[in-house]
Amino acid sequence: MKKSAKLTRAFLLKLELRSHPTLLCVIRGALGPLMEMLGFSAEHNREIIRAVDEAVSNIMRHSYRGRLDQPIEVYCNRLQRRTNGETEQGVEILLFDCGPAVDPTKLPARPLDEIRPGGLGLHIIRGSMDSVQYKRAGRLNQLRLVKYARSSKGDCGSVEEKP
Amino acid sequence: MKISARRVDTATILDVSGNIDMSNSPEVRKALLRELREKGVSRVVLNLTGVGYIDSSGVASLVEGLKASRESGSRFILFGLNDSAREVLKISRLLKLFEVYDDETQAIAS
Repeated sequence: MKKSAKLTRAFLLKLELRSHPTLLCVIRGALGPLMEMLGFSAEHNREIIRAVDEAVSNIMRHSYRGRLDQPIEVYCNRLQRRTNGETEQGVEILLFDCGPAVDPTKLPARPLDEIRPGGLGLHIIRGSMDSVQYKRAGRLNQLRLVKYARSSKGDCGSVEEKP
Repeated sequence: MKISARRVDTATILDVSGNIDMSNSPEVRKALLRELREKGVSRVVLNLTGVGYIDSSGVASLVEGLKASRESGSRFILFGLNDSAREVLKISRLLKLFEVYDDETQAIAS
């Protein structure tokens, strides 16, 4: 991945991996203890792991179309926000890949009332995180996932975030 | 991940252990369709007791098994789901579509 695209901020965790599905378990294994350390409940921990796993799977499947040797970077950092006079702790996860630009309006997410396999990944990501944002950053795709420790699912980050 | 099959009465029980993700979910799909379509087993029971994690591709394999069972008039039963597996089926709004039991005794007696 090009140096110019790399982040200068200090992150709690940075993972660089290739787009091989057998590495998904490595990501899950790294995130679990980190989210526990950040104070997430077991349920929220599972939601974060699920969202990141699905996002990386989507990169492997759609962005890299099954090629096994392409670069993926995952960064994790703390976040805080103030709501109703209380400080909530959270996590920001950034995922980068070098695949072609994604048109967010064309991302495959099927209606959930259809009983057929496939197309569930985006529902799982959106249903698990507080905020899901995609942007094209230079020649990279960037997916930003945010989750707060005391948040309710699906509350899409209307509150100011302070990295 | 490992899958093994055994017969109990008229049912085939598929014991799965490990995590199910896009690296191995085709194996689950293959095992289910072999029992439901090729062998025509009347009742296929999937034991997920040993499964720690299942992703959307694993869920898709279960949906394929469910569809195959409906097409062939057989039953497709799940048991031993942990919190993670229940949550992913729930968030996909699929949990109620499956026959789900807590343990093997209940699944076989059903």
